[in-house]
Amino acid sequence: MLSVSHLTCQRGERVLFRDLSFALPAGQWLQVAGANGAGKTSLLRILAGLSEPAAGQVTWNGQGLRKDRAAFHADLLYLGHQGALKEELTPLENLALSLGMEGFPPDEAKVTEALHRFGLQGREMLPARYLSAGQRRRVLLSRLLLRPAPLWILDEPFTALDVHAVATLCQLIENHLAAGGSAILTSHQTFSLPAGLSVTL
Amino acid sequence: MSGFLTPFRQAVRRDLLLAARHKTEVITALFFFVIVVNLLPLGIGPDADLLRKIAPGALWIGALLATLLGLQRLFAPDHQDGTLEQMALSPQSFTLLIAGKIMAHWLVSGLPVVLIAPLLGVQFDLPARSLGILTLSLLLGTPILSLIGAVGAALTLGVRGSGVLLSLLILPLYIPALIFGAGAVEADLAGLGFEGHLSLLGALLLACTVFAPWVTTVALRVALE
Repeated sequence: MLSVSHLTCQRGERVLFRDLSFALPAGQWLQVAGANGAGKTSLLRILAGLSEPAAGQVTWNGQGLRKDRAAFHADLLYLGHQGALKEELTPLENLALSLGMEGFPPDEAKVTEALHRFGLQGREMLPARYLSAGQRRRVLLSRLLLRPAPLWILDEPFTALDVHAVATLCQLIENHLAAGGSAILTSHQTFSLPAGLSVTL
Repeated sequence: MSGFLTPFRQAVRRDLLLAARHKTEVITALFFFVIVVNLLPLGIGPDADLLRKIAPGALWIGALLATLLGLQRLFAPDHQDGTLEQMALSPQSFTLLIAGKIMAHWLVSGLPVVLIAPLLGVQFDLPARSLGILTLSLLLGTPILSLIGAVGAALTLGVRGSGVLLSLLILPLYIPALIFGAGAVEADLAGLGFEGHLSLLGALLLACTVFAPWVTTVALRVALE
């Protein structure tokens, strides 16, 4: 369970949000809503432990994030705006290398299967610079199938996806929740998921 | 033990694969070294005594500048596309991943310089014994350049005009390595023995190996905030 108490985020002189508190139990998902520039990405980066809040604290299963960084990061799958895709590497290499760096021995058959699930048949060996924005997004989303983690933090996961891929992703999130996982996401698109929590900045 | 070093190996492998896709960058640094070192004999003229005297310094300064050339790209691309974020969020040790990146930087920019240095030394009319000492000093010294350089690259990450700032920050820190590296050959020619210089260079390398990756990691975490 992720819980947030009295969180304040400040960027320079500007206070993005103050005194934000919520809890996300296992099996639930949370949508972070707000206008452009309201601080959604800043909140997600604080929740992932990438940046420090100006005040307040975040705990995962009762532990502060910085207490045992490795344990929290083992439980976390964070998909940011850019998502670490190397243009000169193929989707297969990109995924294998990022899994390797996170300590999950990559299995080529499984990686290929995950790419197929996201409709990237025949693109496995194509350098990522030849892929469209939506296809790149799909490559990144394939990590959801390959790297087990109870907590997903997804920043704008639906950007550039077509209807079919949005449905696939929703299905994945539903399965993840049913298996006792939890997810936090931001989005400006419409999508269909079972009712979840929501925070508006 | 092998499990402990897995993230290190993964990072080295990844960066070598990326370097293999960017062959021009690797070759550019090496050619830069060859050309800078070649310009000196052409500019100074065929005075063998003088050339022999300046050879160690010339090769060492060439190596410094060639290292500097690749440093800006050590973290910048990974910062831009989010790879550094992913690394910082990895359950594996961020420090070891970064150490792997530094190792890969040395393999790509330092090692070729060490290997080609004896060949360039011949142009300066260095005797075989001095060539051997010079190569040994570069072998011990170029990893120091990569390690200290990584700290500077991390500190200047995301700063505008970071290239110039990086040079100003790093070149003064290279002075000890330069003095003991280039000094080894001169000490030997003067009959003083080169072991002392190389021992100091080795000690410097050990200290940098222990501290530089760690300091780099701290600087990178600040840059990511």
